[in-house]
Amino acid sequence: MSIAIESVSKNFGQFAALNDVTLKVPSGELVALLGPSGSGKTTLLRIIAGLETPDRGSILFNGEEATKRDVRERQVGFVFQHYALFRHMTVFDNIAFGLTVKPKKSRLGKGEIRDKVNTLLKLIQLENLFDRYPAQLSGGQRQRVALARALAVEPQVLLLDEPFGALDAKVRLELRRWLRRLHDEIHVTSVFVTHDQEEALEVADRIVVMNNGQIEQQGTPSEVYDRPATPFVFDFLGNVNLFQGRVHEGTMKMGGMELASPEHAASNDLPAIGYVRSHDIEIERFAFDASSIEAEVRYILSVGPLVRVDLALLGGEESIEVDLPRDVADKLSLQVGEKVFARPRKMRVFTHDYQI
Amino acid sequence: MHATTTSRASKVSEPAAVRWLLISVALAFLALFLLLPLAAVFAQAFDKGWEAYLAALHEPDTLSAIWLTLLTATACVPVNLFFGIVAAWAIAKFSFPGKSLLITLIDLPFSVSPVVSGLIYVLIFGLQGWLGPWLQAHGIRIIFAVPGIVLATIFVTFPFVARELIPLMESQGRDEEEAALTLGASGLQTFFRVTFPNIKWGVLYGVILCNARAMGEFGAVSVVSGHVRGSTNTIPLQVEILYNEYSYAAAFAVASLLALLALVTLAIKTLAEWKIQQGLSINENER
Repeated sequence: MSIAIESVSKNFGQFAALNDVTLKVPSGELVALLGPSGSGKTTLLRIIAGLETPDRGSILFNGEEATKRDVRERQVGFVFQHYALFRHMTVFDNIAFGLTVKPKKSRLGKGEIRDKVNTLLKLIQLENLFDRYPAQLSGGQRQRVALARALAVEPQVLLLDEPFGALDAKVRLELRRWLRRLHDEIHVTSVFVTHDQEEALEVADRIVVMNNGQIEQQGTPSEVYDRPATPFVFDFLGNVNLFQGRVHEGTMKMGGMELASPEHAASNDLPAIGYVRSHDIEIERFAFDASSIEAEVRYILSVGPLVRVDLALLGGEESIEVDLPRDVADKLSLQVGEKVFARPRKMRVFTHDYQI
Repeated sequence: MHATTTSRASKVSEPAAVRWLLISVALAFLALFLLLPLAAVFAQAFDKGWEAYLAALHEPDTLSAIWLTLLTATACVPVNLFFGIVAAWAIAKFSFPGKSLLITLIDLPFSVSPVVSGLIYVLIFGLQGWLGPWLQAHGIRIIFAVPGIVLATIFVTFPFVARELIPLMESQGRDEEEAALTLGASGLQTFFRVTFPNIKWGVLYGVILCNARAMGEFGAVSVVSGHVRGSTNTIPLQVEILYNEYSYAAAFAVASLLALLALVTLAIKTLAEWKIQQGLSINENER
């Protein structure tokens, strides 16, 4: 089922949680709503589910008006951050709940319900724990039960609110890959909320980046990561260094350094900020060209496969962070206090009115 | 094992002598002010033997008082159970304008003296009250009759169920109800299959406290009852009358019923609290 959100706004008292948001989720896609807390992503998810009503705008399911439709009739499966399992019911009864509350006419027989729950238990690989209570399960197991419970009613849309937020790092990684595989199998239109960019990049077909109740950018993970539309997206996805300067007729000037910025060919001496990802900077012992900038190594930190180097730019207060692959760092064998040259390989320049 | 436990305990608590002193002071206090009077009630009640005890309870006026007390409690508890759950549900699970005013209103009976609560009803329904003449013209008696006693008791015992449930329901949050709704459950199904099982021990706790107060209420009932023997006297009023007439054995015999009620209430309350604690600790594990 496709979802269309048309100019939806929602206020909580003075706080504008959503401000004129328009979004289309095509049928069968797995979409991530990514943003910092307070960006409105959870509110948007709850509006799709029918747990909140928008102040303005409308929601369409398969092109049909559904803004006023009751939660119960929306056929959505909702997975909560804190699982929200029924604590007084066993795993089996939790999963069967949606099937047993159906009106008599459309309800399955006892045997059919049992078969269906058993199939779902197999899907989440918890066949042996069917008679446990939620309190007796680990966080990862609980979230899988919550997923099975939501899937039991065969929802047209699966909505997940920070589904892995309360889990530890390793379980989170396992479970999100499992979710991706599951989605490839059952292809139900899914929307999940996360503040973890890595999670969104890894799992989603499409990422919708939200900030201050508005959509900053939407696109495939590589589109969003490689071509951020706004400084916010640049900043939010990955580690980034800022260079303050001015752009004039296609050249960005910062201190003593110059860099071509062809997309600003028409600019006439505008204040601008250059955005460079920490892994898009070269460290060299000599000045390559005008784009090299002299700096001093402040400290060196090993972060798993990467080595993070903190550089203080000479002739300024600013410092930048550079991520080098370990073999490159080993070859350079940098010393703290050493003078080197940093050279951005790729820079994205935004002028102050934030136009591209 | 024992050695380590003891040494750890000694690091975080007072010396043994101080501990024993504190414990004995607390126990002595309990014995003097709670156990002794309770024992005295039963001792006095059985002072003249079983026969006299049973005879005192078989007095027609006393039987009528017991009957009226049971009737009042049976009328009050379901009403307050219903409104208590509804109010707690509304306050804990929804946000609406006037919510804090509602919470204050629920607490009102706790902060007003029961005598004043009784007087309010006299002012409204009494002969000189606002509705008095109209009620008299239509032949309805509220003050100095059973309806007044029930009304006053409902007012005084209103907060018990709601007060017990609000914090419990607030701590449990709305997630489970929302999950039930998204799974297609109706409001009633959500209440009976999700909400109620989570609060049932709290409900029981609230009900027994409400019941104990409904049966034992003196002040408010005293004002509206009119003390008509065999007709508008509840157990507490009957005890007072018997006591004032120097029939001590009979007074204490009737009083022992209330004391028994208190003991039963205490036992159920302990059980309910234990069950609630269990439920909450499961809840904490889940977070």
